[in-house]
Amino acid sequence: MARITVTVDGTDYTDDVEPRTLLVHHLREALGLTGTNVGCDTSNCGACTVHVDGQSVKSCTMLAIQADGREVLTIQGLADTWDGEGSLHPLQQAFHEAHALQCGYCTPGMIMASLDLLAENPDPSDDEVRHGLEGNLCRCTGYQNIMKAVRAAAVQIRQGSTTSQEVPA
Amino acid sequence: MTVIDDRPADVGGVGTAPWRKEDAHLVTGQTTWTDNLAPVGTLHMAFVRSTMAHARIGSIDTSEAAGMPNVVGVFTGADFAEECPTLPCAWPVTPDMVHPAHPPIAIGKVRFAGDPVAVVVARDRASAVDAAETVLVDYEPLPAVVGMEQALTDEVVLHEDEGTNKAFFFSMPTGADIDETFAGADVVVKRRFIQQRLLPTPIEPRAVLCIPQAASGDFTIYSATQIPHILRTMLAVVTGMPEHKIRVIAPDVGGGFGAKLQVTGEEVIALLVAKRLGRPVKWTETRSETNLTMHHGRGQIQDIEVAATKDGKLLGLKVDLLADMGAYLMLVTPGVPILGAFMYPAIYKMDAYRFNCTGVFTTKTPTDAYRGAGRPEATFAIERIMDELADELDMDPMELRKLNWITHEEFPYEMVAGLTYDSGNYEAATARAMELFDYEGLRAEQAQRRADGDRIQLGIGISTFTEMCGLAPSRVLGQLDYGAGGWEAATVRMLPSGKVQVVTGSSPHGQGHETTLSQITSSALGVPFDDIEVLHGDTQVSPMGLDTYGSRSLVVGGIALQKAAGKVVDKARKLAAHLLEASEDDIEFADGTFSVKGSPDASKSIQELALAIFAAHDYPEDMEPDLTGHAIFDPENFSYPHGTHLCAVEIDTETGHTSIRTYVAVDDVGKVINPQIVEGQVHGGIAQGIAQALYEGVVYDDDGNLVTGTLVDYLVPAAPDLPSFTTDRTETPAANDLGVKGVGEAGTIASTPAVVNAVVDALRPYGVHDVEMPCTPERVWRAIQSGQEGGAQ
Repeated sequence: MARITVTVDGTDYTDDVEPRTLLVHHLREALGLTGTNVGCDTSNCGACTVHVDGQSVKSCTMLAIQADGREVLTIQGLADTWDGEGSLHPLQQAFHEAHALQCGYCTPGMIMASLDLLAENPDPSDDEVRHGLEGNLCRCTGYQNIMKAVRAAAVQIRQGSTTSQEVPA
Repeated sequence: MTVIDDRPADVGGVGTAPWRKEDAHLVTGQTTWTDNLAPVGTLHMAFVRSTMAHARIGSIDTSEAAGMPNVVGVFTGADFAEECPTLPCAWPVTPDMVHPAHPPIAIGKVRFAGDPVAVVVARDRASAVDAAETVLVDYEPLPAVVGMEQALTDEVVLHEDEGTNKAFFFSMPTGADIDETFAGADVVVKRRFIQQRLLPTPIEPRAVLCIPQAASGDFTIYSATQIPHILRTMLAVVTGMPEHKIRVIAPDVGGGFGAKLQVTGEEVIALLVAKRLGRPVKWTETRSETNLTMHHGRGQIQDIEVAATKDGKLLGLKVDLLADMGAYLMLVTPGVPILGAFMYPAIYKMDAYRFNCTGVFTTKTPTDAYRGAGRPEATFAIERIMDELADELDMDPMELRKLNWITHEEFPYEMVAGLTYDSGNYEAATARAMELFDYEGLRAEQAQRRADGDRIQLGIGISTFTEMCGLAPSRVLGQLDYGAGGWEAATVRMLPSGKVQVVTGSSPHGQGHETTLSQITSSALGVPFDDIEVLHGDTQVSPMGLDTYGSRSLVVGGIALQKAAGKVVDKARKLAAHLLEASEDDIEFADGTFSVKGSPDASKSIQELALAIFAAHDYPEDMEPDLTGHAIFDPENFSYPHGTHLCAVEIDTETGHTSIRTYVAVDDVGKVINPQIVEGQVHGGIAQGIAQALYEGVVYDDDGNLVTGTLVDYLVPAAPDLPSFTTDRTETPAANDLGVKGVGEAGTIASTPAVVNAVVDALRPYGVHDVEMPCTPERVWRAIQSGQEGGAQ
């Protein structure tokens, strides 16, 4: 067992973990943060994507002990990073409005990957969104509405507003 | 955290697009997937699975596993042989179908790589997995039987007691004499198409949690399932446990696509282990286990032959299928190809038709329903051979279709395969699609590229599809020897405060039932969308239901709801007449309010009446104090959505790489309840159909090992692999209370042939007449090379 302290969604957690424990299992099983999902065992699906120190990471590719002393942001803490007034993050709101999710299982990872994408490219084209999300699989939507949602959220984030925006053509 | 909806208040009825009620918890991670649940004391299961495709089990040494830390028990097939001799198959398609026993854990023999041979139960998941790795199984290898034609030789038989690998032979000749029809035809075109196996791949793997209540003998089972009701009944049937002591809950379920329309060995074992140990028992599969053991889709060899006049008039159609059952018959395994039997004639008029299907056991993962289930295979074959016939006759493939399809004046139309299509307008959908696609312009560009010998060749693919869905009229299912009916149940309850609870027997896993069914209720009762709650997916909350598959939730469940709401209105009208001291005939109902004709001030809203009936101080003597409406709807016919999908591909003839340049889909799903949800279903369906055409395919090696065992090896398309789709609709109302048709499978059924027809169309100048799916760059490149050598089929 190794003792680690990880800040997750703004809260510090200190735990003894087995060295082989993956970050995603630490989040889900030790911390009870089940908003982050497991969809595969080969790091292909991206359902488990979170942010570690501001960068998107598939949390199945990282050991919990590697997160020691670092800050993790999950889908469950995302809204609190926005306006502090209880609104959804623009990406969450845009996925909702653009019908960018059906079953919703890939959605936490898809949103967290999109957050990273928009941090690097605040005004992406459809094609740039498609390539930026190539590490995340969705089986329900065919991705078209995800493109719309990410681009609509990009407008809102650039404007710092949660008011609904027209989705760019 | 709140979801903001600052749009006008009139969004919420039928035909509008309110944002989904389901989303708030899904976009914030406040979810209840089965794997999120673990009561105190939960035990975890890990399965030991066969590493061989076909072998006798010599001995199973579980002694080391049993002694490992945290391990509570290790069980093999023999431990459950009496409690559950076999998993169910509910669709014996012929009276003499071979139906071998399928124990939830293999006994004596394993018949596919992944067949479970033991289960380890431990206090945590890692301990269970660690211990499972120590179980030693002594296998006596037997030859694998991988190919269907190889299996039919019966040189090696999977189920030795049955003596054959042939599960059934089903034959359906209809219409005029098939041999005479073919003998008299000017043109006969014959092709063999291969429907590769596919992995359904919902992003949520399977999971089950069984919580026993030892004192009462009650069991609550959470499962990532499409079918909580069918699962409860089947668990009772196969284990002999009392049905009323089993409660099944489908909590949040992360996609199904048919793969969670199943009664799995793991669910049965979770129940039996929980019963034996008196503790909650849980199992969540890994993705590698999903690929290996969640049932596969498709898997057919299709020999199809069409007879026509020299002018292109279709005369008859022969279909001979080999359908890969895999190692065992699961819930509806044999029925999947039979569903296709009715769809090969598609939208075309012809006089003679013969469908034959042979079901074959192979040492591979069992097959069963995958989005479309039998109908995508049929639609692919007919739409592909229409293009081949057009090529043979030197006709434009769209002109050939127009010559043969049912025209809109001819509905209802009785097809040669026996179905009566209630409605449709193929001309309208096609005209709109051609306009959006610029068919003539693309044909001109194609001609230019061909003339120029351009490295990038253009191909145009057509799919003028229909399908039968909304499963289904119970009597028809009975005639097809299906084990259950196809009705659906709905209840509408008015709460005292005027809020509404809707209970549906259909069980969503991404389709948006809570939103769509709220919209139907809102329009039927005149109650605000936000005042309605939809309950589902729990056999205790919704005791009657037949669940969600076959695009049935709206066209069967939605109409049940419409009828249930109508009963509420009828009761409320009677109460309103009583309270307003008017005759029922003089009561009008609009926008949720009952008023007296000619006296608009005398009125009661349905929500006021809900409180009045709760108080029950004053109500008619011949009425119970209740406004609840309950309905069971059993449809008289299937639902027949249709549409025209057009695809343009660009093929790099030097690399074989195919890219989709334009994809236009005009679907006719009748009246639309929520256009945004319908469009989402079409998008996702098209994506899965394109995936079969270009990317996905299960691969086994000659020894029966699954080569595509992970998502590294099996190409589920990501966003860059797919184009944006241009979608539109025509609206030909169906002959039902809501005018609606199913939409869940239409995109998948339509798109595969549209894409492959485009690929073949691009390559015709090279002498290519087919490319086997998935049309990978290698296959396309090889087709071009062999075509140029004159060797292509």
